[in-house]
Amino acid sequence: MTDMETAPGPMVAVVGVSKIYRQGKLEVRALDELSLTVAAGEFIALAGPSGSGKTTLLNIIGGLDLPDAGRVVVDGHDYAVMSGGDLADLRLRRIGFVFQSYNLIPVLSAAENVAYVLRLQGVEPAETRRRVHAMLADVGLAGLEHRRPAELSGGQQQRVAVARALVSGPAIVLADEPTANLDSVNGEKLLQLMARMNAERRATFIFSTHERMVMDYAHRLVRLKDGRVTAP
Amino acid sequence: MEDLRLAWRNVWRHPRRTLLTILAISFAALLLVFMLSLQLGSYREMIDAAVRLGTGHLQVQAPGFFAEPEMRLTVDRPDAVVILLRATPGVTGVSCRSQSFALAASAHRTRGILVEGVDPAHEPEISAVDRQIRAGRYLEPDDRQRAVIGGLLADRLRVAPGDELTLLGQGRDGSVAAGVVEIVGIFRSGVDDYDRAALHMPLVTFDEVFAMGGRVHRVVAAVDRLGAVAELKAALAAGDTLAGLAVRDWTELLPGVKQSIQLDLVSGFITYGVLLVVVAFSILNTFLMAIFERTREFGVLMAIGTPTRRLVRLVLLESAFMSWLGVIAGTAAGAALTVYFSHAGIGMGGAADLLRQYGMEGRIYPWLNGISLTVGPVLVLFITVVTALVPAWRVTRLRPVDALRAH
Repeated sequence: MTDMETAPGPMVAVVGVSKIYRQGKLEVRALDELSLTVAAGEFIALAGPSGSGKTTLLNIIGGLDLPDAGRVVVDGHDYAVMSGGDLADLRLRRIGFVFQSYNLIPVLSAAENVAYVLRLQGVEPAETRRRVHAMLADVGLAGLEHRRPAELSGGQQQRVAVARALVSGPAIVLADEPTANLDSVNGEKLLQLMARMNAERRATFIFSTHERMVMDYAHRLVRLKDGRVTAP
Repeated sequence: MEDLRLAWRNVWRHPRRTLLTILAISFAALLLVFMLSLQLGSYREMIDAAVRLGTGHLQVQAPGFFAEPEMRLTVDRPDAVVILLRATPGVTGVSCRSQSFALAASAHRTRGILVEGVDPAHEPEISAVDRQIRAGRYLEPDDRQRAVIGGLLADRLRVAPGDELTLLGQGRDGSVAAGVVEIVGIFRSGVDDYDRAALHMPLVTFDEVFAMGGRVHRVVAAVDRLGAVAELKAALAAGDTLAGLAVRDWTELLPGVKQSIQLDLVSGFITYGVLLVVVAFSILNTFLMAIFERTREFGVLMAIGTPTRRLVRLVLLESAFMSWLGVIAGTAAGAALTVYFSHAGIGMGGAADLLRQYGMEGRIYPWLNGISLTVGPVLVLFITVVTALVPAWRVTRLRPVDALRAH
């Protein structure tokens, strides 16, 4: 894949996507001909009970998993014609991830975790340092750059994760239940941070949740049930 | 650089496990360096002891003498050969020898023996028999009609220094060879077969008794380095002076020694192979554990866009760090241990008698050289690199979504 320019049209177009998980003879239909369109700059929440398909949908939008049927186009890139390497490159340059359990690299400091993506992209060291410093300051972690994840609180770790997701200026950020492991105070702080990043950086945010407070922050709420969209 | 730093830190996530793995690799490298040095040291002793019996490292003979050592197959102008060999760099000693079988009769018994004519002035340059005298003395340059004999032969003939032996054989020209020699010394080389049969007499006396007419059967040379023998042999054989003569080295002259070394090497390498397999499984376990417990982390790295080849490189770097640390530490420790014992020697206890059968001392001195220092560590490094390919391959099979689900 050579063209990483933002394409015109919706940021995310999921059309008739189905995903079936098989365990022996048991088949679980995680997504059932689901369609969803997300415009650039949106801040939307995927809501629904456990097993409704939120994480599967995020994984498919992020190119971590492939659908059994249907079409996925993200930032102008049609996943159907992309190789694993192309998808990895797309994730590196255009998609940021925030996970429920932070998932920082434990042997790297906060700054190194954030810098990792830029280094993968081949950004110059001086520019990397500048952007990492600014990003961590932006998420309220100035002075904690050299701490390792184990030396940070859950809320601080999730802020590092947000910084890592945003530092390279992605077109879209996917967050899978980002507040699930945080208390309400830290959860709300994180949501405020993500909302600010969405407003300032114009990055599209799609996050999954089943928490009322998180849904309240979303500009649009997409409800899922049994792998289908029940309310756009 | 980023990968190096990350790999280095990953290696030390579990310091105790990493140290145990490095120790296992170190131990294998140490053992291989030491054991191979011990083997090579014992081979060197074995070869040295064998050539010190008078075989030398190189011999110039008449063609055909080696296959069929007949009296008439001689080096006709030994002086020219001696001059050439003495002028050859690397040659540390040259002496002439002749040999025949004869009946030896003492006052009590008669035995068939091997009579060797040696040059007492130069024999010590190529053999150690003069230092293996157990009674009396060795031959001196002015000696005539005198001899030294092997200890077991002396027992059989019931003779001691001062006694006489009558020799009866066949001269080079087919005439009857007969003479009387006075025994001046008894030697024990440590090789029973030799001590049971050999008699040394001055080459001059041998020449007279066996009608050699100034000819000899062998011109024997010792060299300063075992490794230089093949090169010297080729250079000598290519010259004009030795035209019409055969140059043979110790591997041809002592095929039994060469074969026992080869056999021992094969059995040694089988043992080393088993050791390496055990080490390989041990470190494979560690490498795989490191991958399994970090599967989710690999999923995260894939999710944020790390190409699979970078993850493979990361895994290989981690194993390379452990392998190199282990191999370097093990090689250094192995070299230090070998250097110590190469001076102190290793007593062989009950095996000392067996060693003496081969003319070796009761101690073995490991020999640290380029081969013993590198072969083992390179094998260990190779096996660890091959082992590391297994977890690296597993990483290539990971799917991000599955890896992220791992616990």
